[in-house]
Amino acid sequence: MKLNPKLFQSDVEQEPIRAGFGRGLLKAGQLDERVVGFCADLTESTKMEDFKKAFPNRFIEVGVAEQNLVTVAAGMAAAGKIPFTSSYATFSPGRNWEQIRTTICYNNVNVKIVGSHAGVSVGPDGGSHQALEDIAMMRALPRMTVISPCDSIEAEKATLAVAKFVGPTYIRLAREKTPIITTAETPFTLGKANVLRARVTSHVAIIATGSLVYNALMAAEELSKEGIEATVINLHTIKPIDRETIISAAKHAGRIVTVEEHQKAGGMGSAVAELLVELYPVPMRIVGVDDKFGQSGKPTELIEFYGLGVHSIKQAVRSLVDKK
Amino acid sequence: MREPITEEKLTGLKKQANDIRISIIEMLVEAGSGHSAGPLGMADIFTALYFHILKHDPFYPAWPERDRLILSNGHICPVLYATMAHAKYFPVEELLTLRKFGSRLQGHPHRDFLPMLETSSGPLGCGLAQAVGMALAERITLSELAVGSGLQVVSGNAPHPLEAPHSNSHYIFCMMSDGEHDEGNTWEAIMMGGKEKLDNIIAIVDRNHIQIDGNTEDIMPLEPMRAKWEAFNWHVLDIDGHDFKEIINAVEEAKAYKGKPTVIIAHTIPGKGVSFMENKFEWHGKPPTTEEAEVALKELGARS
Repeated sequence: MKLNPKLFQSDVEQEPIRAGFGRGLLKAGQLDERVVGFCADLTESTKMEDFKKAFPNRFIEVGVAEQNLVTVAAGMAAAGKIPFTSSYATFSPGRNWEQIRTTICYNNVNVKIVGSHAGVSVGPDGGSHQALEDIAMMRALPRMTVISPCDSIEAEKATLAVAKFVGPTYIRLAREKTPIITTAETPFTLGKANVLRARVTSHVAIIATGSLVYNALMAAEELSKEGIEATVINLHTIKPIDRETIISAAKHAGRIVTVEEHQKAGGMGSAVAELLVELYPVPMRIVGVDDKFGQSGKPTELIEFYGLGVHSIKQAVRSLVDKK
Repeated sequence: MREPITEEKLTGLKKQANDIRISIIEMLVEAGSGHSAGPLGMADIFTALYFHILKHDPFYPAWPERDRLILSNGHICPVLYATMAHAKYFPVEELLTLRKFGSRLQGHPHRDFLPMLETSSGPLGCGLAQAVGMALAERITLSELAVGSGLQVVSGNAPHPLEAPHSNSHYIFCMMSDGEHDEGNTWEAIMMGGKEKLDNIIAIVDRNHIQIDGNTEDIMPLEPMRAKWEAFNWHVLDIDGHDFKEIINAVEEAKAYKGKPTVIIAHTIPGKGVSFMENKFEWHGKPPTTEEAEVALKELGARS
């Protein structure tokens, strides 16, 4: 799989994942006049401003009202539009979960929910603004597709893909600059995981999502020097989950470590575990936040403190590999 | 537009509303659960809507030009189902499947089972926001049509939605309860409807003063309701929700009013038509027993 050639260099290009959403939404708007943007008083930080400038008559400002954000969008989708709604993930889907359940999923209308500023890497704003529960909330909803892109390029592709896909979708975005992992040529298919690092013999498969895919790749590179070989999978679509790739990785490597910037409870690791425990159980470790809220700090400090850094991923792998 | 309301027409509507009330009692007692007071209280308004006001076609429910009716207070669906059945959307006999396994008539309306509904509902406070979304979608489409036809376009700038030509081809009716004014999302939607001047929305509030736990003014005071809606830039009409002339005239006035959405506060008697249910909050959320239903049906003059 073609990745950024500078991936492991210190001068790797970095860009916030949310920036890719902004570009994708603008393109989606150019490609399809049914695309409408909805924001709840966070247009600039959710990267909707370019869309707003380009299509002022297709941009709706709802104000600080996340419940209304998604219910008005549900009505608009019922009338044939393709609404993209954005806010911080703590508020949407955080504050408006039941509206999403009833008016979007239960009603089966074509609304695209975009939750920005997910994870502790939001940094200084503190725990109230660091969504660590959104994957759990969204993947529990019937009919909801859940996507967590690993970099800004993938976020752009994901945005364009969901604009074409008919059905409720959730895209999770991170605030901070994240290294560019993929390229324009890297494939992106909804529901199909990308094997970013493949080895003929693997001791472990690391399945990562979102902003921590880079840390997973770094961990794999460093573990290789210790003689531990890891396959690394980017599970950008958490639901529907790519059974084939995950089961194949479990069979091939025999051990799975999952990595996400989310609570361990109900997140991507839980989704992988649910699949494997029924179809192909293997020893697993889940790298995620362990039943805690975030706090203020630098993103790098917080990633380390909450056990999501490269070191923590390596530790999780070692604990699993040593066991066998 | 509509034919004038003759005395003959009024008599017909009254008879029709009574038949719908009979159906409501029959379906509720058969179901053994469901809400009684609200559906009976709204029977006259639903009759006026489906048999005189709405632009609709029971044999072509997806007709693009149809008026939209959103039932925000999904718990009063027995009156919606009964009215739709009498209006020939589906057989009247099917009403007796209410709330039963496999029925199209779910306890609260679900489009998966009854696709002719505009929206699924039940949880309160969501309907008006969806009406706002539908109205905004139409405005955007109209503004794009204007762009496409070259109207009002200066150097590539699309007209602001508010300047776009407004279609009166159809209206969006949103049925609401008074109790759902306790929900924050209701007020968010009221605020936005006023901001966006969505004058193709006609909200109808069932002001019956009851909710499950008691009288609305005891649970969470809503008065002055009229002043609140007015303060949010809505055009407000108060009517007697059992007077067909008032109902029909209010809707005509709402359609004629431009620049603001209209809310019709319909003062109704919960449990209307059944003496022991009228104005009693205890009947908000329960069905009659077999014995109670017999009395109710006798009062409504049902042949038995």
